[in-house]
Amino acid sequence: MIDIAVVDYGMGNLRSVSKALEHVATDKKVVVTSNPQDIAEAERVVFPGQGAMPDCVRELDSRGLREAVIAAAASKPFLGICIGLQLLFDHSEEGNADGLGIFAGQVKRFSAVDMHDVQGHKLKVPHMGWNEVYQSQSHPLWAGIENGERFYYVHSYYVAPQETALVAGYSEYPKRFTSVVAKDNIFAVQFHPEKSQHAGLKLLSNFVQWNGHS
Amino acid sequence: MALAKRIIPCLDVTAGRVVKGINFLELRDAGDPVEIARRYDEQGADELTFLDITASSDNRGLILNIIEQVASQVFIPLTVGGGVREVEDVRRLLNAGADKVSINTSAVLNPQLVADASGHFGSQCIVVAIDAKQVGDHWEVFTHGGRNATGIDAIEWAKKMVALGAGELLVTSMDRDGTKVGFNLALNRAISDAVDVPIIASGGAGNLVHLVEGVQEGGADAVLAASIFHYGEYTVRQAKEYMRECGIEVRL
Repeated sequence: MIDIAVVDYGMGNLRSVSKALEHVATDKKVVVTSNPQDIAEAERVVFPGQGAMPDCVRELDSRGLREAVIAAAASKPFLGICIGLQLLFDHSEEGNADGLGIFAGQVKRFSAVDMHDVQGHKLKVPHMGWNEVYQSQSHPLWAGIENGERFYYVHSYYVAPQETALVAGYSEYPKRFTSVVAKDNIFAVQFHPEKSQHAGLKLLSNFVQWNGHS
Repeated sequence: MALAKRIIPCLDVTAGRVVKGINFLELRDAGDPVEIARRYDEQGADELTFLDITASSDNRGLILNIIEQVASQVFIPLTVGGGVREVEDVRRLLNAGADKVSINTSAVLNPQLVADASGHFGSQCIVVAIDAKQVGDHWEVFTHGGRNATGIDAIEWAKKMVALGAGELLVTSMDRDGTKVGFNLALNRAISDAVDVPIIASGGAGNLVHLVEGVQEGGADAVLAASIFHYGEYTVRQAKEYMRECGIEVRL
């Protein structure tokens, strides 16, 4: 029996994600897998991802994982991370790629032109580093995490959900952008909990204990 | 409130030990890499950078082993550089637990490596390290740990690397490295203004004022330092508290 399946579609460093999950769930079996059967059987699923969205979609399909991911997202505790959040949406500006369409909305790029902080300094893209995450709804995965806690980000694109009810957290760069969405058994984050020290491990620990109901 | 400026302790590793030199020479031992990484993590370091400074084939296995050990205990971003020559080297380091890989000499010898590596693994994990030295009225790129002049202008090089897919630039002033007289602020500012990606200032930090200057005057998004932390002069936390007092956004 697999407790936690980390979906491997060849994009990015999944070792960090699995190490962090093993660290918070020493008694659970964590498997990094590209086998749809493992994903179907797992009690809970983590959907990470790095790199360019069109490549991610292509790799996901070439491994025959699309249906398994959609089925998991419909039925069991499901944590999307970074591109794993963006892929849940209809469409991305990055390479004009279609996502899985689980949520309605677009994935948009930070415009490096004309982005300045309050002191007038140029803001860089990618948005890289530790930023404050504000919780816009209460959720079991926020348990023990302070509102405004910093998490580690590295991304150039962000999600713009059509339904504001999906938004569970946001950050500012310099404008507010959605960085966490939640609905039923799905919780998905733009930042990297596996690289966000104590706060990140706390969120992962909450996830491995979550029953999938908000 | 906003994105925090980062403090990145740098661990120069050779033969399985952390060392620190002056102007890239005169190495002295600073301790065990895993122990030091854990200490900086506890102190609140925002990331860690490991530079495999000899990067011989013997050392290659050692650094992978060190990264594996650190990555299973320390949950902040890890960058590894030194001796990265091909896409396969990048893959090995990422698989060992590195989050970003820093490319220096090989980017000069083969700029296509930066494009291939960022195309494969994403710009977010490709850092290009630029070792620059003042030559006449401009800054020139040097390679091989500072031994070889390239004739390439550092600012033009920075723009080219970003165009090829570098997600971040680690800018080291070789004139300042290990001297503790402060970052080369003009160099950092010039590169920071020339590109859109984040810049890490490196080389020369000797006290906390230097870190503040690196951000406020050098326009750096992150500051990298080694000696001031390795020998216990300051903790990362003290550095961050001082930066905050100076009005810089930090993670505390």
